[in-house]
Amino acid sequence: MSECEITVVPGGPALVRGAGFVRDEDGNRHEVGRAVVAVCLCGLTQRAPWCDSTHKVAGD
Amino acid sequence: MCVREGAAVILPEPRGPLSADVVRALRADGEVRRDVEATDEEDFHLSLWLLYELHYRSFEGVDDSLEWSPPLLALRRALEEQFEAELRGACAPLVARAEQADGVPDQLAAIASFDSGTSLPLFLQREATRDQYLEFLVQRSLYHLKESDPQAWALPRLDGPAKVALAELQYDEFGGGRPERLHSRLFAEALAAAGLESSFGAYVNRVPSYTLAVNNAMSLFGLHRRLRGAAMGHLAAFEMTSSLPCRRLLQGADRLELPEAVGHYFDEHVEADAVHEHLASRGICGALVGAEPDLQSDVLFGAAACVHLDAVVAERMVDAWTHGQSTLLAEAGENVA
Repeated sequence: MSECEITVVPGGPALVRGAGFVRDEDGNRHEVGRAVVAVCLCGLTQRAPWCDSTHKVAGD
Repeated sequence: MCVREGAAVILPEPRGPLSADVVRALRADGEVRRDVEATDEEDFHLSLWLLYELHYRSFEGVDDSLEWSPPLLALRRALEEQFEAELRGACAPLVARAEQADGVPDQLAAIASFDSGTSLPLFLQREATRDQYLEFLVQRSLYHLKESDPQAWALPRLDGPAKVALAELQYDEFGGGRPERLHSRLFAEALAAAGLESSFGAYVNRVPSYTLAVNNAMSLFGLHRRLRGAAMGHLAAFEMTSSLPCRRLLQGADRLELPEAVGHYFDEHVEADAVHEHLASRGICGALVGAEPDLQSDVLFGAAACVHLDAVVAERMVDAWTHGQSTLLAEAGENVA
């Protein structure tokens, strides 16, 4: 199994490298389609589990 | 749908004495006259764009060796000095404001959050007609059909973590190992689906100087090692001002019921650029300034140039549309209304 690396961006998403899929809170499996993906940590995204930058307009 | 790749670019129509002389020289031996000056922004930016394109795809009927023609390079340098000085002057207030923040990522965020008062994505989301949206695609085609190419020049000029982060970002821009996912190809498919020409340079005669200037800034920063900080700052600001606007552009395309390929291009960039903005601001610019602290002011200058030139584009395009005018230049032989 390859190594998966997760980098949390302060005030932003988690950048995930090396993952095959991400499972959301309902147990649904989302395939990873690019070398690095941004996983939403604020819960405001409209395309969970992926970050869509909504955190930037939500205020801190 | 038919997407033409690798088609030769036709030399555009001159817009004044300087671009006329450059076109003449490109068809000949590269010897430009020394006594010709640009008469206006159109003549100036088309001339500079012509000289830059020699380093990308060049033009049909132009000798490839003219890329390194001394007279053409001398002219390019003179135009670049003027353009860079104008840009630095225009960007100084934005850079000064950003320098009040701590650390490169927050400084870049301060620049990226600049609100000029006119939002092109908001207009396209809510108000634009179908024809206006298609004009926007035509204007953007000059860059998106060679998306990420100008930033690739910086790769051999970086090292360590900044180089790795740029390569990681560009791997995604350049399709992530899949030619069908090249971002430039996604845009070509969007153009073709919308009934527009999809080959690079097809619309250069219709695109006004403010859009040429956007492209010229990227080439200016990309082609000079001296300006590698500005190139990466520009990239960061571009990515940091892309994800949320692309959602608006997607909603505008859906509202106007444009073909799926148009929405798909912007849909791809909502998620892609939510990743890229962090790679660019922290991974590239943060690491670059960490390794070369002297580049900090140029990183901020490049970011400010991106935001400034985009604000000019937004103002000019929305102003034309709200006055019922086209943003595109008249086709050759067509009278300007």
